Amino acid sequence: MTINVDENTDFQSLNEKIHSAAERSIVINGCIGQRYIGSGVTDKKIIIHGTPGNALGAYLNGGEIYIYGNAQDATGDTMNSGTIVIHGNVGDATGYAMRGGKIYVKGNTGYRAGIHMKAYMEYKPVIVIGGRAGSFLGEYQAGGIIVVLGQNDDGLPIINNFCGTGMHGGKIYLRCKSLPHRIPSQVRTERLCGKKDLELKGIIDDYCKYFENMNAECLLNADFFVLTPDSENPYKRMYTDN
Amino acid sequence: MFKSNANNAPFEGEVRIPSGCAVSAVIDRSGKTMTGENIIRSIATMHDRSNGLGGGFAGYGIYPDYKDYYAFHLFYNDFQSRKGTEDFLNKHFEIVYSSEMKTRKTKGIINVPIIYRYFLYPLSKKLNNSLMDEEQYVVKCVNRINAEIDGAFVFSSGKNMGIFKGVGYPEDIGRFYLLDEEYKGYAWTAHGRYPTNTPGWWGGAHPFGLLDYSIVHNGEISSYDANRRYIEMFGYKCSLQTDTEVITYVIDYLIRVKKLTLGEVAKVISASFWSTIEEKSEEEKREETFLRKAFPSLLINGPFSIIFGYNGGIMALNDRLKLRSMVCAENGDLAFISSEECGIRVIEPELDRIFSPSGGQPIVYTLKEKE
Repeated sequence: MTINVDENTDFQSLNEKIHSAAERSIVINGCIGQRYIGSGVTDKKIIIHGTPGNALGAYLNGGEIYIYGNAQDATGDTMNSGTIVIHGNVGDATGYAMRGGKIYVKGNTGYRAGIHMKAYMEYKPVIVIGGRAGSFLGEYQAGGIIVVLGQNDDGLPIINNFCGTGMHGGKIYLRCKSLPHRIPSQVRTERLCGKKDLELKGIIDDYCKYFENMNAECLLNADFFVLTPDSENPYKRMYTDN
Repeated sequence: MFKSNANNAPFEGEVRIPSGCAVSAVIDRSGKTMTGENIIRSIATMHDRSNGLGGGFAGYGIYPDYKDYYAFHLFYNDFQSRKGTEDFLNKHFEIVYSSEMKTRKTKGIINVPIIYRYFLYPLSKKLNNSLMDEEQYVVKCVNRINAEIDGAFVFSSGKNMGIFKGVGYPEDIGRFYLLDEEYKGYAWTAHGRYPTNTPGWWGGAHPFGLLDYSIVHNGEISSYDANRRYIEMFGYKCSLQTDTEVITYVIDYLIRVKKLTLGEVAKVISASFWSTIEEKSEEEKREETFLRKAFPSLLINGPFSIIFGYNGGIMALNDRLKLRSMVCAENGDLAFISSEECGIRVIEPELDRIFSPSGGQPIVYTLKEKE
């Protein structure tokens, strides 16, 4: 099913059409800021051309969403399972409190990607960012995996300030030659070669299936820093010393 | 004090309403003018960020025929307040033109106050006797009308610019004031309001303005009272109980009185953390340390994204932790700022560049002739 929308289409009528569609596959053309697309949806394939609004795929519970354009804030908010693939950049708070599924971004993400991300038994959320991430990446991360590949061409560092602040579970992989400055002392860092980490290899191989011109071997054949919470020096009552 | 609600609805500061807001701006850096149509479409795309309790616009370059005169826009409760204000204006200014503002009946816009516009300049004898410079004199008169004349409120007071605002959704307010037909400016800013702490009223809608400065703001300032106490030492009076008013005065004070540049203003109100300053080059460290120490009480804390408009340019600024969204974009001479990317794409689908500024990083777009 194809749904053509424009600036006069409100998000409620669009989402009603998506929810009530009998077909599994839905193409949205001309999307411009409509919120909550695919929220709570189970097992649909939604292809979006344009700029979807905030909270895209919030509470997503399976299925796939493909965005040909940039996504805005709170993409995949509290999503449970399924896949969101963004052929562009994404705004702030990507994968906010995400608890399962995967978000693959070709370009950059804004502030607070993976904030409050968590994992439980077989639920293990994954976010892969092709470019760079803004400040507070993985803030309060409690589980799941965040990978930042640093393929941005704007000359800016792979992450900004306060990465992993409040982290007490999960993993962050940063693909870079030297450890970014000011990783909090409560976070343990380890350098490794990408090829040798099987978990990472599985993620990157899968990520590369969704994007043309992304070569898994080339991406893996590089230094990564893996960040995990330091169980011997955990966050207690302190958040930041400012 | 002006009150737009005849039916005794609660006033600013009397009720707390929990909440988002939307901001948007466009400038043609070549100075070419455009109607308000596009800025209305931009802010309308973010309709769901507001709740119908306030919307407004600032247009720059809209009064070329009167560009040397201050353009006052006023809300009046009734004819007495208009009479009182016009007596005051006649005592202090030469009014070259005055009329009721042209508006259009618009669905959703109710409880409309009496809205007037005056083009004027200070009476030279009065101005000389006041021992103030011209801008100080105008600011003082605006403050006096707002504080002392019951039922009157000056909501725009700059040259060759104007603020248009009220209670309603921004797209309705824009059409109510006929911004899509009657006015052409080289820059426009817009706001859709979702009042967080106070009920909406006509004067409390954004933009807030003083002279040609205007502010639209999405956020909530937790340092409001510290900022207010400090700024009131310099003759400003925060009478509206809203945090955006205090930002307007803080920026006016830093630019007009203390002569700071916009970049320096950003380093005062959205200062880096000490730990971040520590990592900068010696020169930046010295500058930022000086500014933080010189104006500690003007650090604005809490989530905000603001667009500051002035004659010749617009500036986007986020709080240092970037707790509100903001996107900037460029296409040829056009530059855009918006809470959401959709607010830009809707009027300019193809762009040369689009990016999100970092927290505390000011983005300034100016007319080419002023660069």
